[in-house]
Formats: sequence, structure tokens, C-alpha cells
Amino acid sequence: MLLREGRGISQVNPNGFADFLDPARLTLCNSHDQAETLALAEEALRSGAVSLVVMQINRPLSLTAGRRLQLAARDGNSIGLAIIPEGMGSNAAETRWRCTPTFDPNTQVHDSTLQHWELIKNKSGTLGAWYVQWDRASRRVIMVSPPRK
Amino acid sequence: MFNGIERRVASLWFPRLASDRVLRRRPFSGPFVLTLKQKNANRIYCLNHAASKQGLHQGMPYSDARAFCSDLQSRCAEPEKDRTFLHLLRRWATRYCPWVGLDGRDGLVMDITGSTHLFGGEEAMLADMRMRLMRAGLSVRIGMADTRGAAWALAHYNEGIAPPGQTLSALAALPVTSLRIEEQMSVALQRLGLRRVEDLAETARGPLNRRFGPALLQRLDQALGAQPEEISPQIEPPHYGVRMTLPEPIGLLSDTMAGVERLLVKLGAKLNAHEQGARELCLTLRRVDQGQQQVELRLARPLRDPSRILPLFERGLAEIDVGFGVDMLRLEATQVESLPSRQLSHVADQGHDKLDDLISRLGTRIGLENIQRFLPADSHIPERSFYMAPTAYSEPANGWATLRPRPICLFPPEPIAGHGRHPPKRFRWRRNALTTGRATGPERITPEWWLEDENWRSGIRDYWRVETTQGRRLWLFYTPQNPGWFVQGEFA
Repeated sequence: MLLREGRGISQVNPNGFADFLDPARLTLCNSHDQAETLALAEEALRSGAVSLVVMQINRPLSLTAGRRLQLAARDGNSIGLAIIPEGMGSNAAETRWRCTPTFDPNTQVHDSTLQHWELIKNKSGTLGAWYVQWDRASRRVIMVSPPRK
Repeated sequence: MFNGIERRVASLWFPRLASDRVLRRRPFSGPFVLTLKQKNANRIYCLNHAASKQGLHQGMPYSDARAFCSDLQSRCAEPEKDRTFLHLLRRWATRYCPWVGLDGRDGLVMDITGSTHLFGGEEAMLADMRMRLMRAGLSVRIGMADTRGAAWALAHYNEGIAPPGQTLSALAALPVTSLRIEEQMSVALQRLGLRRVEDLAETARGPLNRRFGPALLQRLDQALGAQPEEISPQIEPPHYGVRMTLPEPIGLLSDTMAGVERLLVKLGAKLNAHEQGARELCLTLRRVDQGQQQVELRLARPLRDPSRILPLFERGLAEIDVGFGVDMLRLEATQVESLPSRQLSHVADQGHDKLDDLISRLGTRIGLENIQRFLPADSHIPERSFYMAPTAYSEPANGWATLRPRPICLFPPEPIAGHGRHPPKRFRWRRNALTTGRATGPERITPEWWLEDENWRSGIRDYWRVETTQGRRLWLFYTPQNPGWFVQGEFA
């Protein structure tokens, strides 16, 4: 389930992710403002009917809001993921990732999906970074740790 | 009539049903007509008494009518609403007897056998009907007789009551058109000199049958009671509403919920009996001070299971201001859909039910239209290769065939600087300086000429996948017919 504010101009294109995820399994909710997005996310997380709740957020999340989402996710046994602008993370978050697409000069494959995933906050473990790539043929994610300096 | 039981039938004719219906809403004493486009002209469909007095008549072209009568007021006729109104009248008429049917588009026919004494006799019943209908602003003509045909004839041609067993004498002086025969047939009868029912009844049957076929004699026999004619009462549409009145007002949320639960059980049994599921529910709470509060609930799937609907009401009820308390609860399923019973099975998907409940719950907050799913569409144009439909009113569809990689995120084309057929080496987009690392393409997409689209005015497009050395992978296109470069999407 993807929650987002209705005002944005960019559209999610289901043909773009049909390789990774069947678009029939995605439900999209358009909310009016961020408070509503959070309320919907809390309800969806608590119900446990959806395995992953993704919300798009433009303003920093308060500690209370973050904690409420977390409790809801624990009740419903589901995962909540907030897409946040840089530097607006909530302190309540369990983990925080920075994902940047990366140019892959070596490969000859023209539909590279190489990304650099950086775990920049982890409450219950260490930080880390990986190069992640979707392998179209075997339909799996390949993760490689970057070389140590 | 047959086997010794004397049958009595009343026929009600509302000659000005349509205009009376409109004038009940907005009274107007001058000439008033309803017009409807018939036979290629705007004609008078129904008119009030004042308009008839001015010499207007039904079926007259409206332009002529305006010329006759300068202060004429008119509205468009709505036959559909008139029919609904007639159904309401039919329902009202069941206060006199249980057996009420519709008669054409402006009449009712009632089998009042054995129910007249409840109103103090036939005259009293007729007077009561007339009084009530007049008070409601309807002009009516009522006939009562032994048969349906005779009652119809009396209502339309000579209002009154034909005493039991004297049908022929009551009808004798009426014109032959009162027998519900075709226009053509009545003209032919009048040419033969058979103008009244009496004349027809006295004529030998054989020649009449040969000349006009069995229809005429059948109508005559039906009117005089020699042949039976049925009155078909309408089936009452099931009403999915239940209510509960309380001796003492309640105010606590838990109490109200308990009340709603009882109502839901009753409603659920009703829905179950008809194999229907509620799609929209409306709960009305009447407060002690006569104020009314309503909670509306729209469901993502038709449902009738009380235990699943009840939690969905919680949010709406919590917002209600009960004031000094509520003493009546009324629950109505305003929209129902058929929900046939299903075989229970061990592979029943629980997850689906949970998702539907979640969608109903979220729908009470943001509206069911805002919860959408993707459905595939058959088009090469990237923006039109899918569409969004409300989850509650659509079924998931498969058929996502992605032949070529498509961006995960689409936006309206944003121009960038560049020229030539190949992607620019360096460009600025959204305030970022980007360098092309690798470009794949072109993939040419031509506009769909059968659909007018403002964005595709610039002609064919050559799409390129551009991987920038900065990391971002963009979807660029070049318009050769109208040179320019644009960014339209971003890949994962």
C-alpha cells in the first residue's frame, strides 16, 4: 500500500515496477495533507492487512508521530516505510537508509539498476553500505558490500 | 362474481398527474403546462385546469399554445418521475385494500372486495379517497363497479358508483371508447352507428366477431363481467431498514454501539433472506431534542456480516454529538448489491477480507474514491498505458506486459537544453548539472491520431534511456518534427 498526498505532479508508473512487483497488489491512497497520511498509515499498519506501507512525507516527522507509527506497526506485525527528504528523519525510526542510484561504468547491460544503499541509522545493530542490483533474469536482488578502503 | 362472491373494483384516474405533481412543489394558479418532445415537436404533455379553460389540450404543439395563451407557464415533463410518483400513490392506496395495481401511466386499479365496510360503505370510502387526494393537490376521478373494465369506463367517462349487479345499466349510455378499445375500432363502430355500449351489447355477437375480431367482444365481456380480468398487484420492493426506539435516552458510545449491533443483526437477517449485501449504510440517531444526526458508511465490498460492519461504525459514532441523549436509532441500507451465499472452504482467503475492511475504514476518512488501484490499458503512450480505478468498485486485472523498460516515475515533460538527434553530453535538469554516461535508444513512439492530446501535438517522440554519471537514470525524449529535448521520467 502506497500512501501519498494527492497534489504531487509526478505519477507512479505501474509498468516501471511490474518486473519487481505485481501492480495488482498495490493499493494507492491519495490523502489531503500529511496529518491524514500519517493517520491512514497508522490505521493500515495496525490492521496488519497489508505487509508493507509506504508513505511519502514532505515535512519532518515529530517524535510522537514516529512512535505512534512504530507501535501500530508492532501491533499489526507489518513494515512501515517513509520516504523522506534528506535530513528530515524522525528519531523514533528503527532504521534509516539513504538510497542513491549509481552509475555503473563496467557493465554492458543497458538496463542497469545499480544502487548504493547506505544504512545511516540503526537502533539495534551496526551501520553498513551495499551496492544493490536487481537481476532481471533470476528475479532477485544482488547485494555486494563495497570494497574496504 | 364467480362462485357467488361479489367482486368490487375501484378505478382511480389522475387526469393531471404530471402537472399536479409539479404544482404540488411550486403552486401556481395560472395556466401551466408540461411539455415533452413528441413526434418531432415540443408538445403539451400535461396541463392544469386553468390551461384547459384557455382552450389548450394535450398533444398540442407548445408554440401554438403560447400563441393562444400569453401568460402560460411551462416546464419540461419528466415521465420517469411521474412513474415513481404513481408508484408512491399505489403504495398509499394500499391503505384501502391490499390488492392495488397500476393502470396505464396515470391510473390505479384496486380490488376493494370486502374492504369497503371498514370505511363505512362504498360512498364513504370514495369520499374519503377524494378528500385525501384533493388535500394532496391531486385531481382524481374514481369509478367503482363489479369489474375492472366497468370501473375504468366510469372513472374516465362518467364518474360514480355502479351498484352491484347493475353494470350494464351504468355503462349503457357511455360511448364505445369507454371499453378500452383501439381508436381505429371505435371509429369503425361509430360509422356503423354503434355509438354507445348499450348499442353494442344488443347487437348480435356473431357478425361483430367476424367484423372486428375477438378483441372487441372480449373487452365488452370483461366490462360486463362475463369474462374475468385480473388485477396484478405490484410486489413491494424489499425495504432494508430497521429501527429501534428506546424508553430512556442513551448517550455513551458503548451503549450506542450496542444498539447499532442489535440493529445490524436484524438488518443482516433481512439481507441474508434476500441474498443481498449492503454497500452503503445510513444510521440516523434521533436525539431527545428532536435533532437528527446521521452517520453514513460506505463499504469497499457488499457485506452483511454484523460483526464486520460494526467496528466500521465506531469512528463515525465517536464524532456524533448526542446532546441530551438519543432515543431512536434507525439503520438503513441505502444501497445494496447482490451477495449470493458462498460455500465455505478451507482455502478461503482471510487476507482479502481484512484488506476490504481496511479499505472501508480508510474510505470513511478520505473517501472511497481516493483509494485506487492500477489497471492496465492497451496503449503505447506511457501516460495512457495504465489507469487508476477506485479499489472498491473494480476488480484487480492482470495483463501487465512490459516489453521495454519503463520509468518508475512519470512527470509532465520538462524541457532541457540540447539539440541534435543524440542526447546531449551535458545538460541541466532540476538545477542539477548532469553528464550522460550511457544512452540507450532511440525508441520511437508515435502519437495516437485517434485521440486528441494536447501534449502530443509536437509529433513523434524518440525516447532515450540516459544513465548519468551522477547516478540518476532518466527517460529523455527528442521530438524530431519540432526539435527539442525533454525529460519525462526517472528509472529506479
